[in-house]
Order: sequence, then structure tokens, then C-alpha cells
Amino acid sequence: MQFWIIQGLNSLSLGGLLFLLASGFSLIFGLMRLANLTHGAFFMLGTYFGATAMRANSDLSIWTVAVSAGVAVAAIGGLFERLVLTRLKTNPLGQVLVTLGMSFIISDACLALWGGDSIPVPTPQNLQAPTRLFGFVFPTYRLVLVGCAITAAITLYLLLERTRLGAMIRAGVDDAQMARAVGIPVANLFTIVFCLGAGIAGAGGVLGGPILSAYPGLDADMLPLALIVVILGGIGSLLGAFIGSFIVGFIYTFGTALFPELAYIILFLPMILVLALRPQGLLGRLGA
Amino acid sequence: MKWIAAVLFAAMLVLLPSVAGDFYVNLASQILIAAIFALSLNLLVGFGGMTSLGHASFLGVAAYISALLTSRYGFAHGPAAIVSIAGTTAMAAVFGVIALRASGLGFLMITLALSQVLWGLAYRMSNVTNGDNGIAGLTRPMPFGISLDSAASFYWFALAVASVSFLMMTTFVSSAFGSSLKGVRDQPRRMAALGFNPWMIRWITFIYAGFWGGVSGLLYVYYNKYIHPTSLSTTSSAEALLGVIAGGSGTLSGPAVGAALVLLLKNYASAYVERWNMLLGLVFLFIVLVMPTGIVPGLSKLLNLRRGSR
Repeated sequence: MQFWIIQGLNSLSLGGLLFLLASGFSLIFGLMRLANLTHGAFFMLGTYFGATAMRANSDLSIWTVAVSAGVAVAAIGGLFERLVLTRLKTNPLGQVLVTLGMSFIISDACLALWGGDSIPVPTPQNLQAPTRLFGFVFPTYRLVLVGCAITAAITLYLLLERTRLGAMIRAGVDDAQMARAVGIPVANLFTIVFCLGAGIAGAGGVLGGPILSAYPGLDADMLPLALIVVILGGIGSLLGAFIGSFIVGFIYTFGTALFPELAYIILFLPMILVLALRPQGLLGRLGA
Repeated sequence: MKWIAAVLFAAMLVLLPSVAGDFYVNLASQILIAAIFALSLNLLVGFGGMTSLGHASFLGVAAYISALLTSRYGFAHGPAAIVSIAGTTAMAAVFGVIALRASGLGFLMITLALSQVLWGLAYRMSNVTNGDNGIAGLTRPMPFGISLDSAASFYWFALAVASVSFLMMTTFVSSAFGSSLKGVRDQPRRMAALGFNPWMIRWITFIYAGFWGGVSGLLYVYYNKYIHPTSLSTTSSAEALLGVIAGGSGTLSGPAVGAALVLLLKNYASAYVERWNMLLGLVFLFIVLVMPTGIVPGLSKLLNLRRGSR
């Protein structure tokens, strides 16, 4: 019983991390029609920033680190969007290729800066003690992660559905040309959404550090999971990303625990099922 | 003129080992392998309008099947080659069904996800694939009893396979089917209205590209006598895609030129700098931003301009 509950919680926390990664990817895709293959690298960059900051000064709160790393990654993302992606507005394939090139550059730079060994990230001290609930023992940090993902999901939902900015983003997602025609600065929205997505991924990277630790290849491990999440959930849908994240989190965690070598194949199954029955994804509206 | 140039070029290719040293002959063999791989990807990218980021799956899986069958299960090279090509082609048929549920960026993401899953499998299933250590100690086949262990003999073998593959892929795209493929790339709706089945045309092309990807994978594992999960990685797919785009997607010989350039760059750069991936990324940015139509079309445009001004 303890096994199932712990694995269940592990699934939830991995799902939470995946949501932080995939929600930004999905938002960017929805608005900009851009498959941002740098997203895994943004996540990894966040993890390395977090690992460096928290190992240098163990008094730093993980929240401060996550927010500042998020801002730093968002700034890098914003520069990339402004300097490179805007030049390729009429060339969607070119945009994907430069994001791929950028992901190679970032991951190789991380390898050059931080070396090839994996860097463990300490769990924050105030979250190290396990939590007891209903007679079971839970690692507190993972519970907190799930909470973070839910908070992020609600915040993003409110941002998109209840603010002026969100209304403009939704208008851009639905019909960018029309949005431009009624005076919405879509080009600026692109930058804002790209920064936002990159920032969430970077902050998610910091929060994922204590579980995953920082290692070269983290980006290549996370990106396919994020891709499967958005293929499952439907591209451009926040709720779809949320549901997809937890489905993938569960399948991957239980797959790894029960059939360690086949976990990757098991990930195929829901993707194939969804693609066969609903190619636009569970909640997708876009025929991508 | 054109014929003379072609004959001269062919003679140059055949006679290369008698003038060049082993190092250059080996480099040329690698270029031939990369060229087959890039040409097969170009069927999808250039002629089918399907940008795949998972083409390394076919190269890697064919190489792994052949490596496993010959080293672990005692297969001779002939049957192993047949099984590995058949297996890779069957996998392409399955992957095609999955990936062609979407088009455009969705297609790209699905192919990427599928190939990343294979890459992860090659790393994790270490009792089968030997994980990060790769499979070493492989041998080259001996077609008709001829040993391919010398640089020159392997080069001629690769040249023969590459010539056949180039001819067959050229025939493929210049056939009536090739025209319908280009039609589906440019005007899928109109083609459907004309009674063609766009999905079927794309699927057949996907399988055919997977087949030649598998052939290049066999040559790859014969050449290196070693296989490692990196041959399945996104980097491997991306190198081929860069070759296709740098050379000019949708042209017949462009991707071969592009693949040669990428390979030469990789070989020379890795002698001086450790950071191949970073360089690859920078070259990607450069090509896409500066030469989006590729080097071969770019140069021929320049030539035409000069002719026009004369």
C-alpha cells in the first residue's frame, strides 16, 4: 500500500513539473504557431541556475531562487524571440529549426559551464521532514510541488480568462490577423507569451532540481515528455496540458517502477490511442 | 556538356582511392553514407513537405538490429541485413501511421517524440543494447567473398550502394508518383479532389524514406563496426536535416552536397574544438537566417544572375 501511495505521489509531482514545462510550450504554440524545441533547454537552464545558487548559499529560499531563475530564463527567451524569431515570421519551419539550433547551443553551453557530472540539488531544509497524513508518510517536498503546479495552473487560468492581457492573448490564439486588425499589438504579445513560457519552464526547472538533479541531457529527457503531454492534451489548451501532464506523470512513474525498461514504450500507448481517436488531442481545438 | 561533366564526376568518384590516402577515402565513405541518409530525408522534407525530426530512428534501428543479430544471435550478414531492412521498413510503416495523423508542426513533434522514445530505449534497455557502452566488436560483411576491411574496398561498396540509392530515389521523385507527391505537398485539397489519396501518397513516401534510412544505417554500422545510442539522438536527425536544408531541400543533389558539408564541418571542427553541438546550433541559426533556400539553389541563382547580365 505504501508503495502505491508513494508512487502515486511521485506521479503527481512529476505531473506537476511536466505541467510547468508543457503549459508554456502549449501557450507558445497556441499563440505563435511555433513548436518551441528550446523549451527543454530552458527547463534545464533553470535547473542549473537553481543548483548553482542553492549550493553556493544554502540559506536562499527555493522560492526566491525559482523566481529569479525564472526571470533570468525569461530574459534569455525574450532576447531570442526578439533577435531571431521575429525575423522569421513568414517562415514557420525556419522558426522551429532555429529553436532546435538554440537548444543545441544552450545544452552545449551548460555542458561546457557545469561539466558532464550530474549535480545533485539539496531539498530545502524546511521541507525535508516527511509529512504524516492518514497514517502514511509522504515526502513533503513532493506534496509542495503538486501544490505549486496547481497554483500555477490557477494563476495561468485567471491570467488568461480574467485579465485584459489574457483576453488579448486569447484573441491572438483564435485569430491573429483579426486581433491585429482591431489594434491588439500581437507582436508584443508574442514576446510576452514567449517570455512567460520560458520563465515558467525556468522556474519549473529550479523546482524540479531536488527531484531530478541537474545533469547534461536533462533537456533531451524532458522535451519528449512535454511533447507527449501536448500531443495528448491538445496543443494550445491549458486544461489539456494540465490533464495531459498528470496522465504522462502517472504512466511514466508507474511504468518506471513496474517495468523499468519498458517505461518509454508504455508512454507510446496513450499517445497512439489519442492520435488514433482524437488527433487534435483530448481538449485541442487546433488542427495543428 | 552535362554528360561529359557527369562522366568525369563518376570517374573521379570511382578512381578516388587510387589517388587519395586512406584518411580521405574513409571520409568519402562517411560522406556517401550521410548522403544516402540525407537524400532519404529529403524525400519527406523536400518533396513531401513533411519535416521530420526523427529520421535517425531508421538509421539507428537498422544499425542496432544488424549489430544485435550478427554479434549476439550468430546471424550471417546477409540474413541480418535483410531482417534489419525489413524490420526498419515495417517500423517506418507503423511510425507513418502514427505521425501522419498530423501534418506540419504536429508531424514534426510526433516524429521527434517517437525518435526520442527510441533513443531513451537504447539507453535504458542496457541488457539488450548495452546502454551507454554501445555495441562494439562488430564485423563488416563479405559480399561475394570480397573482404571490405580495407578503406578502398569499403568505399567502392558504399559508392555502389549510394549510386543505386541515388538512382532509385531520383526515379522515385521523377516518376508519376513523384509528381503526385509534389502535388500533395503543394495542393493537398486539389489533389484529393482530383481523386488522389494524399494520405496514402504520404504514407508510401514515408515508408520508402524509412527504407533508405535503414540502408544508410546498415552502411553506417558496417563502416563504424560500432553502434551507440547517439546515432538515434535528435542531434543525428538534426545533422541530416541541416544537410538537407543547407544543400537545398527539394533539389535532387543538394542534400548530398549539404550532408557532405555538415560531415566535413563536423570532422574538421571536432579536431579543433570540442563543442560540436554548439557549432551545429550556430550553423543552424546561420543557414536559416542567411541562406534559407540552401546553398545549391543559392549558388545556381547567382550563376543565373551572372549569365543573365552577360
